[in-house]
Amino acid sequence: MNLTLYVWRQEDRNDKGRLVQYEARDISRDVSFLEMLDIVNEGLVKKGDDPISFDSDCREGICGMCGQVVNGVAHGPRKKTTVCQLHMRHFKDGDTLYIEPFRARAFPVIKDLIVDRTAMEKIIESGGYISVHTGGVPDGNAVLIAKRDADAAMDAAECIGCGACIAACPNGSAMLFTAAKVSHLAMLPQGRIEAGSRVCVMTEEMLKQGFGNCSNHYECEAVCPKGIKVRFIAKLYREFIKAKGNL
Amino acid sequence: MMAVTGQFMILYVIAHVLGNYTIFAGAINAYAEGLRHWPYTIILWSSRTLLLISVFLHTWYGIILKLENRKAKPETYALTRYRSASLAGRTMVWSGLLIALFLIFHLLHFTFQVIEPGIAATAHPDALGRPDVLTMVVGSFQRAGIAALYVVGVLGLGLHLYHGIESSIQTEGLNNDRTLPVVVRTGMAISVVLFLMYAAIPVSILMGILK
Amino acid sequence: MILDGKIPSGPLPEKWDLRRAEMKLVNPANKRKYRIIVIGAGLAGSSAAASLGELGYNVDVFFFQDSPRRAHSIAAQGGINAAKNYPNDGDSVERLFHDTIKGGDFRSREANVYRLAQLSCGIIDQAVAQGVPFARDYAGYLGTRSFGGAQVSRTFYARGQTGQQLLLGAYGALLRQVKLGTVNLHPRTEMLDLVVVNGEAKGVIVRDLVTGAIGSFAADAVCLCSGGYANVFFLTTNSIGSSVNATWRAYKRGAFFANPCFTQIHPTCIPVTGEHQAKLTLMSESLRNDGRVWVPKLKGDQRSPEEIPESERDYFLERRYPSYGNLAARDVSSRAAKEVCDQGRGVGPGGRGVYLDFADAIRRLGADTIRERYGNLFEMYERITDENAYNRPMRIYPAPHYTMGGLWVDYNLESNVRGLFVLGEANFSDHGANRLGASALMQGLADGYFILPYTIANYLAETKPGVITTHFSEFIQSREEVSAFTNKLLSVKGKRTPAEFHRELGKLMWNNVGMTRSEASLKEALQKIPALREEFWQNVLVAGAGMKLNQELERAGRVADLLEFGELLTRDALQRDESCGAHFRVEHRTPDGEAVRNDKDFSYVSAWGYQGDGREPELHKEPLAFENVDLAVRSYK
Repeated sequence: MNLTLYVWRQEDRNDKGRLVQYEARDISRDVSFLEMLDIVNEGLVKKGDDPISFDSDCREGICGMCGQVVNGVAHGPRKKTTVCQLHMRHFKDGDTLYIEPFRARAFPVIKDLIVDRTAMEKIIESGGYISVHTGGVPDGNAVLIAKRDADAAMDAAECIGCGACIAACPNGSAMLFTAAKVSHLAMLPQGRIEAGSRVCVMTEEMLKQGFGNCSNHYECEAVCPKGIKVRFIAKLYREFIKAKGNL
Repeated sequence: MMAVTGQFMILYVIAHVLGNYTIFAGAINAYAEGLRHWPYTIILWSSRTLLLISVFLHTWYGIILKLENRKAKPETYALTRYRSASLAGRTMVWSGLLIALFLIFHLLHFTFQVIEPGIAATAHPDALGRPDVLTMVVGSFQRAGIAALYVVGVLGLGLHLYHGIESSIQTEGLNNDRTLPVVVRTGMAISVVLFLMYAAIPVSILMGILK
Repeated sequence: MILDGKIPSGPLPEKWDLRRAEMKLVNPANKRKYRIIVIGAGLAGSSAAASLGELGYNVDVFFFQDSPRRAHSIAAQGGINAAKNYPNDGDSVERLFHDTIKGGDFRSREANVYRLAQLSCGIIDQAVAQGVPFARDYAGYLGTRSFGGAQVSRTFYARGQTGQQLLLGAYGALLRQVKLGTVNLHPRTEMLDLVVVNGEAKGVIVRDLVTGAIGSFAADAVCLCSGGYANVFFLTTNSIGSSVNATWRAYKRGAFFANPCFTQIHPTCIPVTGEHQAKLTLMSESLRNDGRVWVPKLKGDQRSPEEIPESERDYFLERRYPSYGNLAARDVSSRAAKEVCDQGRGVGPGGRGVYLDFADAIRRLGADTIRERYGNLFEMYERITDENAYNRPMRIYPAPHYTMGGLWVDYNLESNVRGLFVLGEANFSDHGANRLGASALMQGLADGYFILPYTIANYLAETKPGVITTHFSEFIQSREEVSAFTNKLLSVKGKRTPAEFHRELGKLMWNNVGMTRSEASLKEALQKIPALREEFWQNVLVAGAGMKLNQELERAGRVADLLEFGELLTRDALQRDESCGAHFRVEHRTPDGEAVRNDKDFSYVSAWGYQGDGREPELHKEPLAFENVDLAVRSYK
């Protein structure tokens, strides 16, 4: 199939950036979206042009490194799918695609489609873990965890930290990302002890990093490649209210 | 804060429309009079005070939120496609602003009664000195302009609540997977019903159903 | 040279305790005076850096991704082994040790493997404490499943994302140390050289992938946790950025490269579809618990799977290996699949695939149970192939996946270059000639959490901290060499992209040095690789400039190293004139196609020493002594 691409090109952080038109020719239905970009890039290199820079690593939808906004939707049109796992069979011959980087104030563009997501790391760094030492821990079965709780924690823990939720949020909010980590740990007995302080420091850090507020549009859930549910945001609020109530 | 103040105002709005419906029973004057007497007057004035605080806080935080959110998302996409955000949700600031303007008009109109002093309820007390609310309301809504204004105003309210009801419940952390879709749909239904109920008064007067 | 693995004396179960007792410690007050460099942020790197930071050392972690959470350990699906014996099915440290030694076809060190089995249980406890949501049964106890190469159920798992959850656990521990100020992260940074001063590893030269700046970092010790080199085959299950860079540059600075020919081909991957594919996708081998592998009995049978009656199907793994059946070890299963495809009985486009059929399991357990166990894998399969595996068997084919070889290390995980420690997949130590499923996560974490923190202290205790700085001539010289290398790549301005060279190298390696190897195929590769490398340096086209973000340049540097490394791998495969584990020489097989080991001549670790460009590397040997296991013929029949 043949496609017309409008790709965001931006030299570096300070460059203004613009959309540039490219043609993608003879693309097989079975290649992934990123492989399609690889093919376009190989053509650009051969012509002596600067290839389009974009992040990717595992290419199997788990590392969270890749992510672009395709026609206004983070990770493209297919639900619960990262762009590396999005196959061209979901597009039609002759389609026009707008390909842009994840946008938010907390995500400065590094080059072309690559953005700096350090702000997300800062949220986890502020307290998104259980403060356990290496060694000296009890047997894995010493604390029993109901299957329902373990499963619910896993539902939240599946987050791959790609940032699509932030890119899709009209407010550039990192609420779903933060809520997934808060919920994952709060639903396990090991994580309960720090649950109150965790939710407070993480939400504070989130705002400090320049992410916006949640106004319940649920765009995040709609684009999340792992299908993380907004119920975890409600869980975050509950934890927050509980924590503030205990102060 | 947005959620809590919003929900209080929702309760007021519901109470208000129920009160208004005494007009269909021809009892609005009695209802208005009742509100002026103990113990209802306490309820009236305490809720009015709380309402005033709520309006102020709700507006204040709303503006701050909007500004923060704007700042957090300085650039938009060349092509924007929403997958779940509703029109109502995305226009909360505008519907909120519409409600605020409408509210000012509504207060000047029916509470302070300066818009149409000729048919002001307080200008036509009955023999016992009770104001004639019915005449004022009916008189106003017989004029298409005013009736249309009220319909637009309550449309803004409906739109605001279409997103606001479920949003406030989510923000209070009261949702899980099972309840979320129910809450979303209930919120939408309540907002539609409220809009229809409010709009019914001016419309029925204008059409001469209610005299 | 005969290498010494420095294995403690004493009975096998006590060796690690003995070693821990005799090793020196660093005074807690002095720990903060030491600086340690960690390369890579996967399970080994993150767990090591977090543990070292917690002890009080200053740690610098370098990785090419934008966050440690993206390292490729995250892609491990199936699980992690531990000899917990929770299901009461006869597991023990002894048995896990035996299975791993046997799985590795008796080409690994007894003492290392035993220690790994001993430490396995602690890893599960550690992960649980970190909040890793392992699968639980209805009573709240940890669940397990069985895996290839084992007859007990000892694999702990978190849905199909065990690697992700374990890495996120280690990542949390790491970020906690970042917050506490003991660990510095250096994202989007690639190691391009190891700096050795007076025979000891004292720093690295790195390239900042965003600005292109070449930087020098000095430390008191260096830990390489940079993963494996499977990408020498181009189409693999490894990530795009995985490469041999870090270990290869260390090799060129004197570290020995051990057993490079031991490369594992994973049996359950999604088959190749076309020329422009960038990588292959693995599906957890746990699928083989419930899936049955088969091909049509008839050659070139074009019927769709449901039209082929039971009597015309060949469940070749069950037929050939009745006791392990579909759970035979990875190398054995992979080769069996290749053989049936070579016979023309393969399925799917190009005939390079075999069926993995869940129909029986769905009939027996119901679709919901299967969905519960493998739902995400089925989804993944459908996303890639557009086929629904609930209705139609999956098609799978082997693909390069893991590399058992790596830098040579002694029992303390220290390389022959003092002060250079190598952890996880980057070292060679525990898996011999073939790794069992769910053992990689175990090894990476054992190395990082429970081994390195002890052994590195033993080295540091003898080292004065902070003596070496980046002003030393070794740093300045190495930095110049790295800059020259980068400039050279940019200045060729030829006609072929790095990707094209990579693809060509990959095809050559896969065809000649892949699942089966012969003297002739290896000798041919030894001719062709240098020629391809020659062409690369004449004709490579690297777009862009050096002093900015340049992904083509990154790729070119990785391919340049792979072009050198591929030759070493082939040379190692040629010298190992036997079949063992994943290394299968067609000259050495039984009439029914099983591998024939030669313990008399090849019961050693081959460790290659760099002698300079254009000169043959020197082969050193570390003899393997087996005092606790019988060198049996490995059989899954």
